[in-house]
Amino acid sequence: MATAEVERRRGQLAAVSIAVVVIIVGVPLWWRTTETYRAWLPVSQINELAKLQLQLSADVEVVFARGTVTPEQQKKVPLTQTQDEEHRVDEDTALRYRYETKYRTATVMEEDALNQPTAAEADLALHTLSESPCGSLVVYVIPESSSLLPQDVDVYIGQRRTALLRIGAQMRVGKTLNQLLTHMEPRVKQVLQVMSFSHTDITAALSDRVRLSPGSKESIADSMRAFKSSPGYEITFSLLNPDPKSHRLNWDIEGAVQNYIQPLLTKLAPVANFSIDSQTLYYAVLGVNPRFDSSLGSYTINADSLAHVINPVEARLGSNAASSNPVLNFLLYVPDAHHSPLHIHDRKKQQVKSNAFHSPRWGGIMVYNVNDFYGPEAAFPVDININMAKVMGVFLAQLRLLLGVQLSSPPPGFLVAPCGSAGLADWELDRLMWSRTVENIATATTTITSLAQLLDQIGNIVINDNIAELVSSAVTSLQLAVAELESGNLGFALQYSKEAILASERAFFDPSLLHLLYFPDDQKFAIYIPLFLPMCVPILLSLLKILSDARQRRREKQAKKD
Amino acid sequence: MAAHRCVSSALLVFVCVLSVFTVARSQETTPPGGHGAPATDGPQTVTETTGQTAGQPAAEERRWEATEVKEATPDESAAEEQEAPAADTAAPSAGPRPKDDFQEELVIRPLHSGDIYASFQFRTLWETDFTRENKVSHYRLFPKSLGQVISKFSVRELHISFTQGYWRTMQWGQPYQPSPPGAELWVWFQDSVTDVDETWKELTNVLSGIFCASLNFIDSTNTVQPSASFKPLGIVNVTDHRFLRYATLPREIVCTENLTPWKKLLPCGSKAGLAVLMKSEKLFHSSFHSQAVHIRPVSPTSWELRQTLNVVFDLHTSGQGKREWSLFKMFSRTLTEACPLASSSKIYVDVTDNPQGEQFELSPATPLLSQEVVLGDRRTFSVYDLTQQITFGTVRSLNLLIRWKSSEGDMLRPLLHGERYVAGYGLQTGEIHTLMYNYHPYRSFPVLLLDSVPWYLRLYIHTLTVTSKGKDNKPSYIHYQPSKDRLRPHLLEMLVQLPPNSVTEVTVQFERALLKWTEYTPDPNHGFYVGSSVISSLVPSIVAMDTNITQERPLFSSFFPCKEESSYFVRVYTEPLLVNLPTPDFSMPYNVICLTCTVVAVGYGSLYNLLTRSFQIEEPSPGLAKRLANIIRRMRGVPPL
Repeated sequence: MATAEVERRRGQLAAVSIAVVVIIVGVPLWWRTTETYRAWLPVSQINELAKLQLQLSADVEVVFARGTVTPEQQKKVPLTQTQDEEHRVDEDTALRYRYETKYRTATVMEEDALNQPTAAEADLALHTLSESPCGSLVVYVIPESSSLLPQDVDVYIGQRRTALLRIGAQMRVGKTLNQLLTHMEPRVKQVLQVMSFSHTDITAALSDRVRLSPGSKESIADSMRAFKSSPGYEITFSLLNPDPKSHRLNWDIEGAVQNYIQPLLTKLAPVANFSIDSQTLYYAVLGVNPRFDSSLGSYTINADSLAHVINPVEARLGSNAASSNPVLNFLLYVPDAHHSPLHIHDRKKQQVKSNAFHSPRWGGIMVYNVNDFYGPEAAFPVDININMAKVMGVFLAQLRLLLGVQLSSPPPGFLVAPCGSAGLADWELDRLMWSRTVENIATATTTITSLAQLLDQIGNIVINDNIAELVSSAVTSLQLAVAELESGNLGFALQYSKEAILASERAFFDPSLLHLLYFPDDQKFAIYIPLFLPMCVPILLSLLKILSDARQRRREKQAKKD
Repeated sequence: MAAHRCVSSALLVFVCVLSVFTVARSQETTPPGGHGAPATDGPQTVTETTGQTAGQPAAEERRWEATEVKEATPDESAAEEQEAPAADTAAPSAGPRPKDDFQEELVIRPLHSGDIYASFQFRTLWETDFTRENKVSHYRLFPKSLGQVISKFSVRELHISFTQGYWRTMQWGQPYQPSPPGAELWVWFQDSVTDVDETWKELTNVLSGIFCASLNFIDSTNTVQPSASFKPLGIVNVTDHRFLRYATLPREIVCTENLTPWKKLLPCGSKAGLAVLMKSEKLFHSSFHSQAVHIRPVSPTSWELRQTLNVVFDLHTSGQGKREWSLFKMFSRTLTEACPLASSSKIYVDVTDNPQGEQFELSPATPLLSQEVVLGDRRTFSVYDLTQQITFGTVRSLNLLIRWKSSEGDMLRPLLHGERYVAGYGLQTGEIHTLMYNYHPYRSFPVLLLDSVPWYLRLYIHTLTVTSKGKDNKPSYIHYQPSKDRLRPHLLEMLVQLPPNSVTEVTVQFERALLKWTEYTPDPNHGFYVGSSVISSLVPSIVAMDTNITQERPLFSSFFPCKEESSYFVRVYTEPLLVNLPTPDFSMPYNVICLTCTVVAVGYGSLYNLLTRSFQIEEPSPGLAKRLANIIRRMRGVPPL
């Protein structure tokens, strides 16, 4: 009996030790060999970014010219005011605008500059005196009697970052400075909204993050028209010649780009890189047959059918083989001899004066009729030189629209200086930079948070070190961009936001994330079960048996004691 | 063989046992990531649509807007510089001389087999400098997509061909542009390129997008750098083969989706000129189809883009027994005009073998005859100039018709020919035989043989033999680069002297490697392709070749530059090989997993029982006889035993 007892104890010991070996060695080994590599991601920082609190700081300098403040007001003048404005866009996104307004009186040289005969000259002279940094504004307050501005104009917005503000007559006498300032404040704010950013622009730029409540159709169409922010754009000019047998077209695209487009793009260089090319497509036809309108003696295309125009052409335009940046297409369509002249009619059946139209986030088309350049008896093919000034005027206007440099109509009493040879005023560039920065930040945060969510949800995805690095650098750049926005350094903020968007997109679209093999759990178990079941069942059973034995023995002992 | 199977299956059993433990681990490395794609795409599309749905109705409604232009001339100063008043007027004689030039050409060669060989050539010449610092970006006749490729990847020369079918040199003679079955790509890069391999990889990906082909399957395992066989065809100043990459995809199927982008590169598309004949349902209903794009610099400042398309139509499949051929019958189109952009547009019909019209009848007849030296032979062609209205006659359309009268006549045998096959049996070893024929009656000439063999055929280079006329023929130059598993293929280049009127045989033995189970193609029992060998040679010419480059010549005779009068350049591709590799049963891993698990479980179970059970000696039960006896004894009332 004693030997049997020893034998039984040995068996129990063996079972327990096998179970211990399986648990201590087997399970960790299995765990280690089957786990996927997942590098560390800055999850807490990403979660912080999911709740975005953006602060936009704009510096405004208000300069009082002689005759706008009384001497006793003047004594208090060098002072600074800060105004905060808070907006809640949705539960995760909040905006705060901070306007730092500095007041001072004009220097002697500025006074001289303001004494120029016209506003444009004054603007230029003020610009040569001092150059204000990107993102800041200078508002010169000029007396009512000043002859710089026409009678019905209160505010003049120059080509650079300066504006002239005329002060009302009744404000000067017998008021304290504070009253004067409170009187001026709405005007200054209007100037700010025109020249740097307005709430509608910024919320439109946030559209990647925030589901907008359907506002007015007009404003949505405006915000949908411009291309989304991207580090680079490809601009392609295409000359469509459906009838090379009749028309031999020459266009000096090289010179035209140099003269008209390049200055604008040089100015826009901080926002994005641009590359330009052009091509000529022969036998490219529009997708609709124009109708002949005998009352006008010309062929017409209605605005309703414009949507079908592009499709057959687009197949031939070709995508850019060498980059993946968005392409802006500008097509110059010269109708064939049998369908000339061709005019576009808008919804009100009126002839469109420019004979051009554009499609949001795609590009523009201009129809260029050449039938006036030759008589009916002309010998085909006819050589035709295209007037590039006319064409480029249209394309430049479309380009500005598509890039988002749109001029919403200024408030009453505002006079906006025509943009100069660059085709873009400094403050327009600032405006674009504000909205692009916000848009980049919005897009990058969305990308990063959705990537983090995805990785969190699907545990099988391998996260390599380079992905983690990209994510971290995107997060750092985002934080920097937000911080720079807060301190009002627009240029740096844009730079960091571009870096953030690049890094986040590269992380999101990294092919290594696609290397996921999605094994359904049932298949995994089908493979594990033939091994695990026969191994684990005896262990479990013998463990159970040991337990029940021990319990029985304890009961016996208890019975013995009793 | 059975033993080999046994060993390999034992190996697999072992591998699979291991794989049980590492199933989830191997998830990282096994490629089919297709399942993952939608999962990862999900959030992105969501983020995009959120932006769009908000503005959807408005955007749809206002998608097209008339452009209001406030300032017609935004830049007054610049506008003044322009010759604005003069610009509007039609200028009949004005306009700068265009810097680009387009030519098109069709050569028709009736073959002795009764087939018809049609070779289209389109050439765009452009005076420009892609290597300039500021990129060339204004395209007229030259296709924009290719121009961007050249300037982005600093390409000096690019040759790409897609071929369906095999060119039968012995029946059809030499083609104007030789090409191997499948896809072939070879590129010379500028010497300014620092990382050639990376550039090559990007380039193949971009080209596969442009031509809708699987060129993205070109990687380091099928790319070689030939040292001598592929010299630049344009003007040369670099011949350092570090900047050359050559790859073939013998398996590539060529079809309509490759033809459409190819046609799109033509300035007239398929709307006018010779390209109207290219209807894909007819072109691919042929014995041989090859389309190619060749880009090369022809002078320091001008580039040439040559698009060629070669088709051999089988007379017997479509001729309904009648030996008659016409443009309409073959292409289901006739010609009505030249491409208006082309400076020359011609059709050549090879009538050399038919001087008196005894072999076939050609209509409409043309008075224009031209003699060209091509492929070492002087040939006579009837020429139809499409830029002349008279060519189209009164019906305003040209429908060439060839009606055969007799089927006799013999062809001038091509002087150089190559063949290749795999010998051996079983799935372990084999032997590659390459035969090179020199049919020249009295001249011997050297040829360069290039062989690129994938790594999974392990060449035993010590078994390389070259014999001609039963004697050992020692190559005067051998360049051999051994393969690295899963990294690069074998490259074997040799310069062999072919004796007159002889067959030279090159043999090399190989062993088949075992692939990993993810490396097999979806249809592994079909076999694995090995690209064609390339035989390049300067073949002695019977007639004096034309070495004058500047002289205007038809396109088909000016493809390979000719340096000396006495010889001409020929490239011959052999057949691609189809080799069977040992193929496992792909459901085996799971079976093996189950089997091994069962074996392990049985062994483990008995061991476990031995270790944990306690054994006791039991009283042996009495035997059957004894029990029976006891029963009987009990019945009798006698005490049991």
